[in-house]
Amino acid sequence: MDNKMIVSSSPHIRAIESVQSVMTDVLIALFPVALMAVLLFGYQALLTMVISVATAMAVEALWLRKRDLYSDGSAAVTGLLFAMVLPPAPPWWLVVVGSASAIIIGKQVFGGIGYNIFNPALVGRAIVVISWGGYMAGRVWSPPQPFAFGADISAVTTATPLAGHEEALAVSLTQLFVGNVPGCLGETSALALIIGGIWLYYRGHIDWRIPGGFIGAVFIMGAIFGGGFYGNHLMTGLFHILAGGVMLGAIFIATDIVTSPVTPTGRLIFGIGCGLITMLIRLWGVLPCGVTFAILLMNAVTPIIDNFTVPQQFGGVKKSA
Amino acid sequence: MGNTVFKGGVHPDYHKEITATMAVTAMKVPDKVVIPLQQHIGAPCEPLESIDVGTEVKLGQKIADSSGFVSAPIHASVSGTISAIGPYNHPLGRPVQAITIESDGQDYWDDSIKPAGDLGKLSQDDLRKIIREAGIVGLGGATFPAHVKLSPPPDKTIDIVVINGAECEPYLTADHRVMLEKPEEIVFGLKVIIKALGAEKGVIGIEDNKADAIRVMEKAVAKEESITVMPLHTKYPQGAEKMLIQVTTGRKVPSGGLPLDIGVVNHNVGTAIAITNAIREGKPLIERVLTATGAGINYPANLMVRIGTLVSDVIDACGGITENTRKLIIGGPMMGLTQPDPDIPVIKGTSGILALTDEDIYLAESSPCIRCAKCVSVCPVQLMPTSIAQAAEHELFKRAEKLHAMDCFECGCCSYICPSKIPLVQLIRIAKAEITKTKK
Repeated sequence: MDNKMIVSSSPHIRAIESVQSVMTDVLIALFPVALMAVLLFGYQALLTMVISVATAMAVEALWLRKRDLYSDGSAAVTGLLFAMVLPPAPPWWLVVVGSASAIIIGKQVFGGIGYNIFNPALVGRAIVVISWGGYMAGRVWSPPQPFAFGADISAVTTATPLAGHEEALAVSLTQLFVGNVPGCLGETSALALIIGGIWLYYRGHIDWRIPGGFIGAVFIMGAIFGGGFYGNHLMTGLFHILAGGVMLGAIFIATDIVTSPVTPTGRLIFGIGCGLITMLIRLWGVLPCGVTFAILLMNAVTPIIDNFTVPQQFGGVKKSA
Repeated sequence: MGNTVFKGGVHPDYHKEITATMAVTAMKVPDKVVIPLQQHIGAPCEPLESIDVGTEVKLGQKIADSSGFVSAPIHASVSGTISAIGPYNHPLGRPVQAITIESDGQDYWDDSIKPAGDLGKLSQDDLRKIIREAGIVGLGGATFPAHVKLSPPPDKTIDIVVINGAECEPYLTADHRVMLEKPEEIVFGLKVIIKALGAEKGVIGIEDNKADAIRVMEKAVAKEESITVMPLHTKYPQGAEKMLIQVTTGRKVPSGGLPLDIGVVNHNVGTAIAITNAIREGKPLIERVLTATGAGINYPANLMVRIGTLVSDVIDACGGITENTRKLIIGGPMMGLTQPDPDIPVIKGTSGILALTDEDIYLAESSPCIRCAKCVSVCPVQLMPTSIAQAAEHELFKRAEKLHAMDCFECGCCSYICPSKIPLVQLIRIAKAEITKTKK
């Protein structure tokens, strides 16, 4: 009985889950998405992802003066997500600058993991879209060349299905679902994104309310205000869900735990808000997609949403105003 | 009847297999017991006038009492001679006045110990008086005097009595064993409680990881029309008063209120047995069943232990603790209290003695909150632990109060689940203490 006993406040046991295991789960969820990107866009997609992840991890390690590159895994997640929101074959320096900006301006200047207000990958994307729009918008999109790993896909470029009705009508819903359309690396294949989303949901890392609210709002807005150009109103709603970054944004980016609300009601409001703003931008704004800025805007109001959606405690009664 | 699950909660590793199949054995009567005068919620007891150092006492003799209503008298748990009256270390942290008795090894019962007679002939007041005089408190760990719960204010009608056989704390199996071994006593105790309250029915809630106990108890209530056994989903903190009542009756204890506000009283299975013993044999609460367990205990066991037995003696009876024991806990791993020293007595509320080793405990630094909201989703009372903890850290206690910090009953689910290993419930405790200070 000589050994000193530790005296501490309960509980005395902890779940094994750590920040690192959560981040690793996100990386696992992104694997089918990354795999699909490589199948569709070949080695250039792989290169973009590798540069982005390596830059993010290196910059974070340098900033924090840590030797552990992987550490809590959050830099790798940001790096990979940033690659997912880029065109398939951007210039390497654009990837490096964007990925570094994501880590430094998107995350570390706020105080590092947990303290950032905006999703870091989207901050990186916003910076490169505004700075080098010529590489990020218009007819810069290389059409996918499935299973042609070595092909130089940047030889041909076109516009995404969201650029206009003509481009939209050139693709079928099945093509959109599988991902065989021009677009960002990680956004085209709804199939791969849904597989990743199921994994995240199964592991308890995402709340259905955010993707549910997001996708639901996009569908309803698309069906009502989309003009029914894509076959009929319902088909147009479906088109808006599957085209552009809605699935990627709803499943992987809006659900970023750090930058979304913590309350159940807050998450539903957040998801619906993302969907509404996306559709406002798509239908009446100048940008073709809008997911990036929709999520960034909702990130900004997350603390307010949390404040207004404090859950009713067990056995509590609503105070009448 | 009620919902079968409550919102929130966690699934820790239960480790109940260590002792679940071990029958309760009576621990050898110790040479000395140290009986604290405060073992319950409420007014501390004072030694009776006839009690002093050198006084000879008999087993079951009342040695201390209080004039306060919310209190419970204290009895000698061995026969022998009082060797000291003074402060002694206590599981709750601060030394408390205690009476030390050197046992004569004879266990001579006091003359006052005799059966109370037929239950049918005893009035509600008789029952309350017998239970009070027997010093019975909530044996689940809350140690609230049992007779107080049986004396609701006249404007409240109690119709349901809930018996807590959930035993949701990992490791502990004391309640599990008494359900297997004393089912008839539990049912009789429940009938006493129902009668004392004029209630209509009783429900015995048992987590479904104790299938054998459910079977045994169902058999024991087979002939009782007003008593049912309800299997409960295994999830911590199923045995917490609010959760247990919600799933067994469908009623929600109001925030800041008591079960009796919704017509419910609940008691632990061990308390029911203590009540049975008081009515049938006149036996006061001088012993209880506890589980001594954990990887740090050499020979884990479910033991019947005299109140006042030193924890160090219990540990010795279990073959001592291992080299790598790092935490000695009174109670379970989720809500139990760590002890720097085993030189403390077993009190009425001691449901377990747990020794955890290096491998069981987690001592990592906490990292910043990543706002994953797992604490929000596991909180059984639907609070925002991360926000309250953050407010506490910045000493914004008004904000903590606005976020309903006082509704927290400190089950520890938030700290358990947090991937950033933030001491959430610990910070909330600070907030609660500060809020309580401002109320005084």
